[in-house]
Amino acid sequence: MDIQVRVWRQQGPSSAGKMVTYDVKDISPDASFLEMLDVLNEKLILDGDDPVAFDHDCREGICGMCGMMINGVAHGPERATTTCQLHMRHFSDGDTIDVEPWRAAAFPVVKDLVVDRGAFDEIIQAGGYITAPTGTAPDAHATPVTKLDADAAFEAATCIGCGACVAACPNGSSMLFTAAKVAHLGLLPQGQPERDTRVVDMLQAQDDAGFGGCTNMGECTTVCPKGIPLTLIGRLNNDYRKAIGSR
Amino acid sequence: MSFWTEGEDIADQAAPDGPIETRWERRKFSAKLVNPANRRKLTVIVVGTGLAGGSAAATLAEAGYRVRSYCYQDSPRRAHSIAAQGGINAAKNYRNDGDSVYRLFYDTVKGGDFRARESNVYRLAEVSVNIIDQCVAQGVPFAREYGGLLDNRSFGGTQVSRTFYARGQTGQQLLLGAYQAMERQIGLGTIEMFARHEMLELVVVDGKARGIVVRDLVTGEISTDLADAVVLASGGYGNVFFLSTNAKGCNVTATWRAHRKGALFANPCYTQIHPTCIPESGTHQSKLTLMSESLRNDGRVWVPLARGDSRAPGDIGEHERDYYLERIYPSFGNLVPRDIASRAAKNVCDEGRGVGPGGLGVYLDFADAIDRLGKPAVEAKYGNLFEMYQRITGEDPYAVPMRIYPAVHYTMGGLWVDYDLQSTIPGLFVIGEANFSDHGANRLGASALMQGLADGYFVLPNTLNNYLASGPFDKVEPSHPDVAAARAQVEDRLTRLLAVDGDRTVDSFHRELGHIMWEYCGMERTEEGLTKAIGLIRGLREEFWQRVRVPGTGEQLNQNLEKAGRVADFFELGELMCIDALHRAESAGGHFRAESQTPDGEALRHDDRFGYVAAWGFGETPVLHKEKLDFEYVHPSTRSYK
Repeated sequence: MDIQVRVWRQQGPSSAGKMVTYDVKDISPDASFLEMLDVLNEKLILDGDDPVAFDHDCREGICGMCGMMINGVAHGPERATTTCQLHMRHFSDGDTIDVEPWRAAAFPVVKDLVVDRGAFDEIIQAGGYITAPTGTAPDAHATPVTKLDADAAFEAATCIGCGACVAACPNGSSMLFTAAKVAHLGLLPQGQPERDTRVVDMLQAQDDAGFGGCTNMGECTTVCPKGIPLTLIGRLNNDYRKAIGSR
Repeated sequence: MSFWTEGEDIADQAAPDGPIETRWERRKFSAKLVNPANRRKLTVIVVGTGLAGGSAAATLAEAGYRVRSYCYQDSPRRAHSIAAQGGINAAKNYRNDGDSVYRLFYDTVKGGDFRARESNVYRLAEVSVNIIDQCVAQGVPFAREYGGLLDNRSFGGTQVSRTFYARGQTGQQLLLGAYQAMERQIGLGTIEMFARHEMLELVVVDGKARGIVVRDLVTGEISTDLADAVVLASGGYGNVFFLSTNAKGCNVTATWRAHRKGALFANPCYTQIHPTCIPESGTHQSKLTLMSESLRNDGRVWVPLARGDSRAPGDIGEHERDYYLERIYPSFGNLVPRDIASRAAKNVCDEGRGVGPGGLGVYLDFADAIDRLGKPAVEAKYGNLFEMYQRITGEDPYAVPMRIYPAVHYTMGGLWVDYDLQSTIPGLFVIGEANFSDHGANRLGASALMQGLADGYFVLPNTLNNYLASGPFDKVEPSHPDVAAARAQVEDRLTRLLAVDGDRTVDSFHRELGHIMWEYCGMERTEEGLTKAIGLIRGLREEFWQRVRVPGTGEQLNQNLEKAGRVADFFELGELMCIDALHRAESAGGHFRAESQTPDGEALRHDDRFGYVAAWGFGETPVLHKEKLDFEYVHPSTRSYK
């Protein structure tokens, strides 16, 4: 199939950017979206142009490194799918596709489609862990965990930290990301001792990093490649109220 | 003309002898300690933030060392350990099915086709139980049963259920555990994290590893980082094949640079070809995707009995199918180890019985499992894998069998290390997939996660102290001639890559190299093919340095410059892999030499001639050093899964 892509080109963090149109010809419907960009880049290099910079690594939907706005939607038109797992069979011959980087105050553009998501790491540093230095653990069977809780914790823990939730949010909020970690650890018995400080500290770090506030728009969960549910944000708010109340 | 010369034999001086059950205990006791007040004065560089590097960085920082950690990704959470699906082995015997530390040790030595060190493997089995405890304490959400206790599954190459898992995302969950422990230390200021930085050279001063030269991938700035010890946890080199299940950024540069500086590289030809990957779909293919081996617990592998049978799978009756693994290996059936399953798939495809485009595929069929267990139960176990398959291929595996084909997945070879995980350069430690130590010629399923975390959480933090106890070492200034020279080497190489300005892209060279490697150094190797491959690689490497085009400059984010440096190192590594494969005129594990097989086509080892680790020294002509392997406990036998 032959398509056109309009790609956001930006040399560096402080340069001005613009949309540039490219033709990409003879793409297999079985190619992934990133493989389509590979084909474009091979051509750009041989033509003496600067290839499009984009982040990617595992290309199997788990590392969370890739991500771009495709026709205005984070990770593109398929639900529960990362950009690397989006295939060209979901587009039609002759389509024009817009490709832009994540847009959020807390994720500055590095180059073209590459953004800096270091702010996510800062949120985890503030409390997204259970303090359990190596060597201190009791036997794994010392504390049984109800299967329902274990499964729910797992579901929350599947967040890949790609940042689509932030990019989709009109407020540029990272609430779904933070809520997923708060739920993962808060659902487990091991996570209880730090439950109150965790939620308070992570929310503070989220504000400090420049993310916006949450107004329950729900755009985040719609684009989330792992389907992290909006209800986790309600759970976070409950935890937060309890934590503040107990101070 | 010989492609290699032979040097002196080497030996592992660090492992204690005596009863294997107490060797690790005795080594920990004999290792010198560093008192807590002195640890603060010692700096350790850790390159890579996967399971091995992440767990090592966190644990060393908890112990009080100053840690500086590097990764090429934008966050340490993205290292490729994250993509491991199936699970992690541990000898907990929670199933009461006869498992024990000794059995895990036995299975791993046998699974590795008697080409691993007994001492290392025993220790791995021993600490496996601590890993599960540690991960549960961190909040890793392993699968559980209704009683609240941990669930287990079985995995290829074993007859017990010792694999702990978190649906099909075990690597992700374990890595997030290590990552979170790391982030906690970063928050406390004990780890300094450098994401989007790539190690391009090792700094060796007075014979000791004292630092690294790195490139900031965003600004292009080259800098040196000096420390008391360097730990490489930079993963494997499967991307030498271009198409593999590795992440696109995985590379050999950190270990290869160390090899060029004197660290021996062991068993490079041992590569694991994973039997259950999604077949290639076209020339655009940029990587291959693995479907967890756990699928073989319930899926049945088959091809049509007749050659060239192109009917839809549903139209092929039971009596017209060949469930070849169940037929050839009745006792292990679909759960034979990876090397055996892969080669069996290749054989049936070579016979013209493969399915799908190009006949390069076999079916993995869940119809019986769905009948037996019901669709919901199958979905609960494998839901995310089925979804992934459908997304990539556009086919519904609940309705039609999956098509699978082997793909390069893991590399057992790596930098040579002793029992302390120290390379032949003092102060340079190598952990996880980057070293060669525990899997011999073939790794069993669910053992990579075990080894990465064993090395990082429990082994290195108890051996590194023995080296550091003789420090702090004399301070090295960035102006030291050896440091300046390492830095100049990096700058010179980048300048040369940019200056070629030819007419071929980096990827086109990488693809061609990968094709040579897959053809001649893949699932089946011959003397003739390997000799040819060495010539082809040399020719292609020369062409690369004359014709490659790397756009842009070095002073910016330049993903093609990053790739070019990695591919340049892959050329050198690829040649050494072929030389190693050529010299090893036997079949063992993942290394199958067509000249060395039994009458019924199984791998034939020659323990008398090749019962050693091949550790290669760098040079115009590589120098072979042999480390003889002794088997006091598990006596070498012909591996049989029939």
